[in-house]
Amino acid sequence: MSLKARFAKTVVAFGAMAAAAIVLGPLVGPTTVDFRRVFDMSTPFADNPDAQIFFIARLPRTLAGATVGALFAAAGVVFQGLLRNPLATPFTLGVSTGAALGAVLAITFNWSIGIAGLSAVPVAAFAGSLMAVAIVYALAQARHRGLSTTVLLLAGVTMNAFFSAMVLFVQYFASFADTYRTLRWLMGDLDVSSYQPLLAALPTTVVALAAFAWLARPLNLLSLGPDSAESRGLDVTSAQRVAFFSASLATGAAVSIGGPIGFVGIIVPHLVRLLVGPDHRIVLPASALFGAAFLVACDVVARTIMAPVELPVGIITALIGGPFFLWLLISKR
Amino acid sequence: MAAHLKALTALIAVLLVLPPEGGSYIQSAKRIISLVPAVTEMLYAIGAGDRVVAVSSYDQYPSQVKALPKVGALIDPNVERILSLKPDLVVIYGSQDDLRTQLARAGLGVFDYRHAGLADVTTTIRALGERTGDAAQARTLAGEIEAGLRAVRTRVQGKPRPRTLLVFGRERLALRGLYASGGVGFLNDMLEAAGGTNVFADVKLQAVQASTEQIIARRPEVILEVRATNSAFPSGDRDAELNVWKTLGSVPAVRNGRVQFVFDDRIVIPGPRVVAGTEALARTLHPDAFK
Repeated sequence: MSLKARFAKTVVAFGAMAAAAIVLGPLVGPTTVDFRRVFDMSTPFADNPDAQIFFIARLPRTLAGATVGALFAAAGVVFQGLLRNPLATPFTLGVSTGAALGAVLAITFNWSIGIAGLSAVPVAAFAGSLMAVAIVYALAQARHRGLSTTVLLLAGVTMNAFFSAMVLFVQYFASFADTYRTLRWLMGDLDVSSYQPLLAALPTTVVALAAFAWLARPLNLLSLGPDSAESRGLDVTSAQRVAFFSASLATGAAVSIGGPIGFVGIIVPHLVRLLVGPDHRIVLPASALFGAAFLVACDVVARTIMAPVELPVGIITALIGGPFFLWLLISKR
Repeated sequence: MAAHLKALTALIAVLLVLPPEGGSYIQSAKRIISLVPAVTEMLYAIGAGDRVVAVSSYDQYPSQVKALPKVGALIDPNVERILSLKPDLVVIYGSQDDLRTQLARAGLGVFDYRHAGLADVTTTIRALGERTGDAAQARTLAGEIEAGLRAVRTRVQGKPRPRTLLVFGRERLALRGLYASGGVGFLNDMLEAAGGTNVFADVKLQAVQASTEQIIARRPEVILEVRATNSAFPSGDRDAELNVWKTLGSVPAVRNGRVQFVFDDRIVIPGPRVVAGTEALARTLHPDAFK
């Protein structure tokens, strides 16, 4: 089968899954909704609780799940390709702990500055992730011409530990209730309750996804090793740079919407590779689509399984992801 | 054999000297440390305030505590500091197991406390009085609190009980990470005594993370945002903070302009000032009952 045909087949199959999740997701929830009333235009929207549940609570939440899932999964693929390490995740290089530091500062010190209709926590989280990206990049650049992935990995892991320590340090100044809210933020929450966070993350999302589309072929070449890739005409350093920045931006945007929801960025890429093989031209779009479907499904479980109480979605992904990760580890030859 | 006998005699001697079970040996506490703000307030209210030698880092009330040494709190108690102040009674939170073990090893008296319902406030005050040697004053205070709560209940009796969402924490300028009182605990009991019905009464937890969907579906008639101090929402931001509710126009409380802020530490600390806190809630829910 030609690449085009395989690409078409995969995108249709995984696209159908993502579409099904996005259509079915808002139909399920912990409360009963009368769907005739949801689309009943004769009642004003502000007086229609069924419509409000559907359009304010469930739909943005489902779209947030799809966006965050797609970004984490695709960023996972890119980081695994860039670092040539199957255990890399979107959180390996400290982007999410940088975001966590921003969020914890905003929660603890009760910041109220908002930008573009966003509240302080997502803004601070995104700013924190950008800071982490800048520091890690500067470190990886400092003593090498080009980008050393070894230094990148070491710098990222070290900054990850450093930011974690900072998060704990800031926690020390928090009241008990703030500590609790911080902990909850770290477990992930997709209840965005408006379209604003999605709109604010849209430019970053589009740029990152466009970069991912361009990266598919370079990542294939990089998987042969930088030297072979270079000899086949790839500008390795700029490809690595694009990969690092686009995947980091995608991670930062996703964390600012839903918090650091774990395991999506590692389970989804590996499952997809098992199904479609290692070619990034197919793995990347398939992972993004499957990631969207996966996280929407996990969130449906999170908000219904113990209703009226909600489970943090990060617990669901971790419960599925933990065992999967271990299986991956021991089945590796 | 003789050695065994000696050991046995020594053991019996120790057992004879040791006080019997039940704590009847406890004399009045002379040097008290409280790691729980609610209990600190109780100590002052039953007349044991002059024997409090240190408090937690969260303590603010009464004003005398500001001059006392701070010895950490729930997650970071400073054991060394506590021991160096030579207390004979330490009030700890029920979950501080390590601290309890360390204090017991040092032979110090421990008073275990956990947040619970409104009725537990007076139960705690009476038990605390027994422990510190202020039983009579504690009984009087507990009786006054119970009478005060009855008076508030009587005031609002027969009034329609609005379905109320009691929010005690959320993100600034967004309805995210929103925590509300569940159907158990002192906040729920105070709301109920103040003449309201908790929309999360069926959830048997002290704190519920309230999702947007649950808030819309449960249709609260009143939304009370309670915080300990007005610095939670600086005055310049209050209109903006009220406005974030506007998107949920189908919620009766939002439509009828009954989203209200209540800044009052007496509501969020289950100490001897709960009557005033409950009355503050009742005044907000039923202003006409207090004219």
